[in-house]
Amino acid sequence: MIEIDQITKTYGEINAVDAVSMLIETGTITVVVGTSGSGKTTLLRMINRLVEPTSGGVRINGEPTDAIAPYLLRRRIGYAIQGHGLFPHQTVARNIAAVPRLLDWPADRINARVDELLTLFGMDPDEFRDRFPQELSGGQQQRVGVARALASRPDLLLMDEPFGALDPIIRARAQDDLREIQRKLGSTIVLVTHDMDEAIRLGDRVGVMDGGKLVQYGPPEEIVERPANGFVANMVGDAERPMRLLSLIPVRDLTEEGAAEGSTVPETASLRDALSACLWTGRDAVPVERDGAPIGRVTLAAIRHRVGQHP
Amino acid sequence: MRPATILRLALLGLLLALVLRPHAFVWMFKPFAPERGSAIYDRTSLLSLAMNHLVLVAVASLAATVIAVALAIFVTRPAGEAFRPLSRTITNIGQSFPPVAVLALAVPALGFGARPTLVALFLYGLLPIFENALTALSTLPPRTMEAARGMGLNRWQRLIQVELPLAAPVILAGVRVSVMIALGTATIGSTVAARTLGEPIIAGLLTNNTAFVLQGGLIVGLFAVLIYDAFVQIENRLLDRRRPAPRKAA
Ligand SMILES: Nc1ncnc2c1ncn2[C@@H]1O[C@H](COP(=O)(O)OP(=O)(O)O)[C@@H](O)[C@H]1O
Ligand SMILES: [Mg+2]
Repeated sequence: MIEIDQITKTYGEINAVDAVSMLIETGTITVVVGTSGSGKTTLLRMINRLVEPTSGGVRINGEPTDAIAPYLLRRRIGYAIQGHGLFPHQTVARNIAAVPRLLDWPADRINARVDELLTLFGMDPDEFRDRFPQELSGGQQQRVGVARALASRPDLLLMDEPFGALDPIIRARAQDDLREIQRKLGSTIVLVTHDMDEAIRLGDRVGVMDGGKLVQYGPPEEIVERPANGFVANMVGDAERPMRLLSLIPVRDLTEEGAAEGSTVPETASLRDALSACLWTGRDAVPVERDGAPIGRVTLAAIRHRVGQHP
Repeated sequence: MRPATILRLALLGLLLALVLRPHAFVWMFKPFAPERGSAIYDRTSLLSLAMNHLVLVAVASLAATVIAVALAIFVTRPAGEAFRPLSRTITNIGQSFPPVAVLALAVPALGFGARPTLVALFLYGLLPIFENALTALSTLPPRTMEAARGMGLNRWQRLIQVELPLAAPVILAGVRVSVMIALGTATIGSTVAARTLGEPIIAGLLTNNTAFVLQGGLIVGLFAVLIYDAFVQIENRLLDRRRPAPRKAA
C-alpha cells in the first residue's frame, strides 16, 4: 500500500501540489487526471523523490520514502514517461535490462527477464532484442519504455502520460495491453494523464486534480455519476456521461430472467455494448450468455432506468 | 572494393612512400629545387620527424581532450554551473593568442624544443573540444536524462553510462578539429627546435628550396587528410545505429 500524506510542493508563491493525501491499494491502477499545470507530474515525481516535497510525506508498505537514498528508492520504483526516454545508444535488450543491471542481477537471469518481457508485450525477442530504439515504431518504443520500467518487478510503477505521444488507435491498444499485463503481474500502478477517457478506462480508482488540489478521489463510477464539483463534471463531459457510465457497468449487473431474440452478448460485456446491440438491431432486449450458455436477458428499459438513477 | 577505400589506400601508400623512400621522389621534387641544391630533404630521417610530429600532436591532443572534457563535465554539474562563463572566456583567450606568440612566450620559461610546442598545441586544442563537449553535455535529450534519473542511476552512473556515450560523437568532432589544428601548428614548432615535419619546411624557406617546403607540406597534408577521414569514420560508426534505419519490408 502507498500512503501519500498531506503532501505539498511550493514553487515560489504557488502550491504546485497542495496538501494531497491518497491511499493506493497494492495491485491496483490509480489514475490521476487533471488539466495541464494541475500538478500531476509534480505529485508523481514526489513519490520517487525526483521532486522533494515541501511538506508531507509518502510511505510505501509502511516505510517512509525518505528513509533511504533517492537513487536506491528509485531502483525499487518503475518509472515510465511520455516519449519513453529510451537510451538511444543502447539496444532494446540493454534498455530493458537497465535496472536489473544496477541491481547486479546475474546475466542469465537478466536475459531471461528481457525475453519474458518482450514476449509479454508481443514483441518477438529474437527480432527485437538487438534493435536500437530508433529502429522501432512509436508504439513499440513506448512498450519497451514500459517493459524497462517493469523489468526489476518493482513494488510500484509510476507512469507520466505514458501514451500521450501515441495516436488514438495505438493508444487504445497500449492501454488494453497495460491493463492485461497489470492483471497478470499484479503490479501497483500510479498513472498520470490529462485524458479523462484514459482515466476511466484504466483506473481502479481515479483522482482528479485541479490547481494542485485533489478535488475528487474514488472509483471511476463515482467520478462519472457523482462529480464532486463543476470542474470534475466538466472534465467528465456532460454529454458523454451516460455513455461513460454504461461503459463501466457489466451486463451481468442488469441481467434478468427471460428470453430475447437475436445475437447474444457476454455477461462481461458493458451495458454500452448491450445498448449498442439493441439500437443497431432494433430490439428491446438482448440475450445474455455466460461461457456460451444463455443465462437471461438485458432490456433497453432496464438500461434506461439505470442511467436515470444517478443522483 | 569501394572507390573511397581505394582512394584511402592510395593516399596511405603515397604517404608511406614519401616518408620511407623519399629518394624515389627526386623526379617529382627536382623541378622545384634550386640549381645545385638537393631535391630531397635528408638532413634527418623523415620517418623520425614524422613520428615525432605525430607523438607531439597525440600527446598534446590527448591532454587537451582530458582537460577540456573534464572542464566541460565540471561546468555542466550543478556545483560548477557558476564557472561556465569564466571557463568559456579562458578557452577563448587561449584560442585568440597567435601560436607564434605562445611559442615566443613559452621558450623563456620552458627552453627550446618539444616542451613549448606541446604547450602551444595543448592550448590551441582546448577550445574546439571544450566548446563541443559543453554543447553536447548541455543539450542531452531531456526525457532520456529524466528516465535515467528516474530509474535510479546515480550521478556517476548517469555520466559514464548515459551522458558521455551520448555526447561522444560531438566531442569526437571537437577532437578532430583540434587534432587538425595541432597537425598544422606543430610545424611551427620547428622554429623553436622541436623536431617536427616543420623542419624541411623551415629549411626550405631559409634556403629558398621550394622542394623541401613541398615535401614537408605534402606529408603533413596527407597525414591530415587520412586522420581526418579516420575520425569521421569513427564518428559515423558511433552515430550509425542511433539514426532511424530504413524500415525492413514487413
Ligand atoms: N521546477 C519547477 N519550478 C517552478 N514551477 C514549477 C516547476 N515544476 C512545475 N512547476 C509548476 O507547477 C505547476 C504544476 O506543474 P506540473 O506538476 O508539471 O503539472 P501537470 O503535470 O499537471 O501539467 C505548474 O504551474 C508548473 O508551472
Ligand atoms: Mg505533466
